[in-house]
Amino acid sequence: MNVQADLKYTKDHEWIRLEGKQGTIGITDHAQEELGDIVYVELPAVGQQIQKSKSLGVVESVKAVSEILAPVNGKVVEVNSALNGKPEQINQDPYGKAWMVKMEVANPSDLDDLMNVEDYKKYVQEEKA
Amino acid sequence: MTEVALKRTPLFEAHQKLGAKLVGFAGWEMPVRYEGTLAEHQAVREAAGLFDVSHMGEIFVTGENSLEALQRLIPNDASRLKEGEVLYTPLCRESGGVVDDVLLHRIALDEWFFCVNASNIEKDFEWIQSKIGDRAEVLNESPNWVQLALQGPRSVAILQPLTPFLLNNLYYYQFAQCRVTDVPVILARTGYTGEDGFELYIPKEKGLSLWNALLEAGQKEGLKPVGLAARDTLRLEMGYPLYGHELSDTITPLEAGVGWTIAWDKGAFIGKEALEKQKAEGIARKLIGLETTEGIPREGYSILMGEQKVGEITSGTHSPSLKKGIALGWARSEFLKGEKEFSIGIRNRPVAAKRVKPPFWPTHVRKKT
Repeated sequence: MNVQADLKYTKDHEWIRLEGKQGTIGITDHAQEELGDIVYVELPAVGQQIQKSKSLGVVESVKAVSEILAPVNGKVVEVNSALNGKPEQINQDPYGKAWMVKMEVANPSDLDDLMNVEDYKKYVQEEKA
Repeated sequence: MTEVALKRTPLFEAHQKLGAKLVGFAGWEMPVRYEGTLAEHQAVREAAGLFDVSHMGEIFVTGENSLEALQRLIPNDASRLKEGEVLYTPLCRESGGVVDDVLLHRIALDEWFFCVNASNIEKDFEWIQSKIGDRAEVLNESPNWVQLALQGPRSVAILQPLTPFLLNNLYYYQFAQCRVTDVPVILARTGYTGEDGFELYIPKEKGLSLWNALLEAGQKEGLKPVGLAARDTLRLEMGYPLYGHELSDTITPLEAGVGWTIAWDKGAFIGKEALEKQKAEGIARKLIGLETTEGIPREGYSILMGEQKVGEITSGTHSPSLKKGIALGWARSEFLKGEKEFSIGIRNRPVAAKRVKPPFWPTHVRKKT
């Protein structure tokens, strides 16, 4: 499993990278691996206010529909619309090219409630067991 | 709540070694994918794929009155089968609802076997036994067989070097008993993908060695092991029904678009009165095919005409061959006359859908011309 040290993680397998007040969000390598080939992405409208754990969009593999949930409260400021034509990038580069949404995070301290990389690794192991 | 342990096929460890993702399906722990569903799907369309379908059941019927007993049991016409031929048929209840959809193989004049769906093995066995009674012997042989499906345009090239039997002798829906390597098998030119290929019924203890022999023989032909996820996209591109989705105890063959399996003129069979009545009164809902270019239709989504719900998706997926959304679903017959514009409710939003007559992708089975 590929994880990155500078990210925070949710129990629903999203990651967020905070730079100033801007959070970049995607799904983890473990999530894309579980889903399999991703063939469709639906992203939110720019400007939308979204509450923590509410839907930020959808990724679909051949077999399943999976919602992307907001890791924290905030406002959508940019979406990676390149993914619409190339959803397979989520399988190939989940922490890089395949970021999904940039949010203006309401309270950067909300990230303290999320898992760091060590906690996330443990969480995934426990989930597998 | 008690958890029931999932059953495993004799190839379970081989799947693990190949890195398969294994999931519960119809009470079995089965490979859903190995390398990836898209690559496996493409291998079957362009080269070949090997499937472990040992979860499927085999029910044998023998005895001198077996033909007569089967004719009363199934809607299709068993008397049309010569030895070595296969027939697709539903098993119907008195109501016309479908107990299961099955393949009937005629081994000899008085010897037959059904290949049945994994989820229905016990139900089918009890049904067949209770309806046939003492007119023939009915045996559930499912635990004794491994079933493999070798599917795709390179199937003959892979299989022929492993058997002295001339594969050229078999057309679609025919079968033979022969040896593959040193293993005696029932070899049928059937499948659930729309490609040329074979289904092999193998004595359980020889299953693993034949699986390995086929994978090895297929290496230079581009053969890949294929999981249940690609099996589903392959069958859906063909518009083939799947029990529990397009067919069920409360859906009749007429509603599911497989009315062609009913031999109306052959005499009495279970469900005939109900089906005749339904045909005379008109069929209230019918199975249709739909394609979407935006969004993926899924089971349970509504089929809409304007704001009105007129039906429901029974199976939907992303089609790897067409790179579009494809679906089967039922719609109320009064909305199906003439050119109509449909949409599918995807997450509370209507998405335009085009009605298409399945198959969604051309078939390449080896039909006798």
